Amino acid sequence: MKNKNAKLKSVLIQNSVTIVFVVLCILGIIASQQPLPFIAKELITRIGRNSFLVLSLIIPVIAGMGLNFGITIGAMAAQIVMIFAISYGATGFSGFMICMVLSTPIAALFGYLTGKLLNKTMGQEMITSMILGLFANGLYQLLFLFLVGTILPIGNEDFLIPGGVGIVNTIDLNGNVMYALDELWTMKLPLVLMMTGVIVVLVMCLMLFRNRKEKTKEQLKHLYARIGMGLSLLVVGLILQYTNNIYKFFNIPLITALFIAIIAIFNIAIFKTKMGHDFRTVGQDKHIAHVSGINVEKRRILSIVISTILAAWGQIIFLQNLGTLNTYGAHSQISTFAIAALLIGGASVTKATVGQALIGVILFHTLFIVSPTAGKNLFGNAQVGEYFRTFIAYGVIGLSLGLHAWKAFAAKQSKDKIDLE
Amino acid sequence: MKDRIKHIIKVVGIPRITTITLLIVIYIAAYYLGLNVPSLFSDNLVRMGMNGVLVLAMVPSILAGTGLNFGLPLGIICGILGGLISIELNLSGLLAFFVAIVVSIPLSIFTGYFYGKLLNRVKGSEMMVGTYVGFSVVSLMCIGWLILPFSSDSIRWPIGSGLRTTISLDRYYDKVLNHILNFKIGSIEIPTGLLLFFFLMCFFVFLFFKTKTGLAIIATGRSEKFAKASGINVDKSRLYATILSTILGAVGILVYSQSYGFIQLYTAPLMMGFVAVAAILLGGASANYASILHVIIGVFIFQGLLLVALPVANVIFPQGNLSEVMRVVVQYGIILYALTKAGGGQ
Repeated sequence: MKNKNAKLKSVLIQNSVTIVFVVLCILGIIASQQPLPFIAKELITRIGRNSFLVLSLIIPVIAGMGLNFGITIGAMAAQIVMIFAISYGATGFSGFMICMVLSTPIAALFGYLTGKLLNKTMGQEMITSMILGLFANGLYQLLFLFLVGTILPIGNEDFLIPGGVGIVNTIDLNGNVMYALDELWTMKLPLVLMMTGVIVVLVMCLMLFRNRKEKTKEQLKHLYARIGMGLSLLVVGLILQYTNNIYKFFNIPLITALFIAIIAIFNIAIFKTKMGHDFRTVGQDKHIAHVSGINVEKRRILSIVISTILAAWGQIIFLQNLGTLNTYGAHSQISTFAIAALLIGGASVTKATVGQALIGVILFHTLFIVSPTAGKNLFGNAQVGEYFRTFIAYGVIGLSLGLHAWKAFAAKQSKDKIDLE
Repeated sequence: MKDRIKHIIKVVGIPRITTITLLIVIYIAAYYLGLNVPSLFSDNLVRMGMNGVLVLAMVPSILAGTGLNFGLPLGIICGILGGLISIELNLSGLLAFFVAIVVSIPLSIFTGYFYGKLLNRVKGSEMMVGTYVGFSVVSLMCIGWLILPFSSDSIRWPIGSGLRTTISLDRYYDKVLNHILNFKIGSIEIPTGLLLFFFLMCFFVFLFFKTKTGLAIIATGRSEKFAKASGINVDKSRLYATILSTILGAVGILVYSQSYGFIQLYTAPLMMGFVAVAAILLGGASANYASILHVIIGVFIFQGLLLVALPVANVIFPQGNLSEVMRVVVQYGIILYALTKAGGGQ
């Protein structure tokens, strides 16, 4: 019994950040007095919009480079491609795919350069990637404010500031790539829930019956738990379908969900490969990795390249859902918000999983939706809520970085002590 | 001869040579474009005094080994609070300015103490943690500005709730330092009081680093192990340096505000730390070493670049805001450069 209590305690402590935010979200929902269906609908949109970006952060964390504030640079690559492609008439799903394909080499190049720089500043990767994002923003502005229209041609004169030099502040994506991915194939919420439930149950059953004898008790427990989750999804879907409620009319963008699922599986699968193991080894101890024959610098660069490419794709998905491209601002906050979401999900500077990313997106964006109205109801001022959510984003990053640095410093100190003895 | 040139380049550093050349080129361009160079130069002096103390705030933290103080917004907020309280008391002139400083110092000692304690717990990641502590506090204070119970009409919005985003100092201490003993040489106006105050602060910091505490801080920054071995309380030294840096941040923003004529609230302090960091780095400091001379040279070059480039760029390139883009590139470029030099590598 005592053992169980201790275990419960350690689970609570490990997930303390997430638990605090679950409580905050519930309080926020109550204080905002907004109808649940509205919140749910907004949340579904925001999950589709942001999950991909948050998932792009995971690999560098495992590779020991911390939170990649440089995903801003991937987003810039995406926007550069989008603005040019759309000006030359890219529309619809094909236009969307053109943006995805063309942004890949550019993001890879940017990622390569970022990785090179981060190898020069080992130990200070996060601050470097953050400053690099701000620096790249200057070059980005140089490109779009001065080079387009003078040196670089653009396909559509409407994109230029009157006078002929520089790109306008906002570009309307309505009519070209807005919802290019989201509206490709939508399905009602109950159906999606049932389908996911069935797939999960089937896959887990398959895994259960394959090599059943070799599995440990722990693994079996996990599988049963997942089958249970799948079944409950199925049941919830059925209930929604056959009772009277608003939720059954919600549309789920199936293809967007598929993209997110693929990248989630990619993030899990890569750590079952040689490359993934290398990332993990590099992240745990650079010295050991080096001794065991891994080219540490190359692996670190690769992890940043993958992250930057994923961020570029993520930003395209983000923008096609948002519907307007704010030329000079759309990329500036994404690293802060994506990182905050990941950390709220329970990740840290050295550990992040797909599950944490998804939970984090849900919690962070619930807070985002409810905080203005909650602020208004509690303080009589919607701005309080808006500043509060910015504070939450910065605060959770600061807190997490602080805790991590504290732990690392304490570990180093105790190690030094042992060395001295 | 060749070796000597190489040596000079190595001592002065490529970024500095580039920016000094750029500044000279821009001044020459300004002359040929028919701009009023003397007035630009006097503005440059004003800008130097205006931003100088903020840049000076970097010196203690760099020397103590806590790196570039990206947590400067903490000090800035303390300074702003002092400035607002002085307005609330309806003071004006020099008295108001000094009351603001006197009020802000205990606030910044208090803040700097806790910030310093934190930085001692996160050795090795001070810059990153500092940045985000600064960001968090600025965004928390955004809520603060909305609900703090100030009642002066100059501070509050006339209708609605909360404080104004910019508060005019017209009736209070607008340019009090700038107007002390200012005189003209030809058409160059010298803001004597402002520069005097700046140099005085520099002198204080210089003196401080000659005292026992100051020397202990320098020793700590050079090598913590040696400092510890010679009986210096390393954590205490770092704490003192952080407190001093925070105080200078508070005084710095008051000097800045009185010269600017406005106090800016809400998100304005968010990025101010980076400007100060860039200036001292341009002056020749690194993440591990800085001197008063670096402050003076750096703030003059950097602010000069920003100031003179604006009209020049506008004449050459009427569309857009080229000088602002240039500021971003130079500012963050120099910080990146310093980080790569400071980074350990393998």
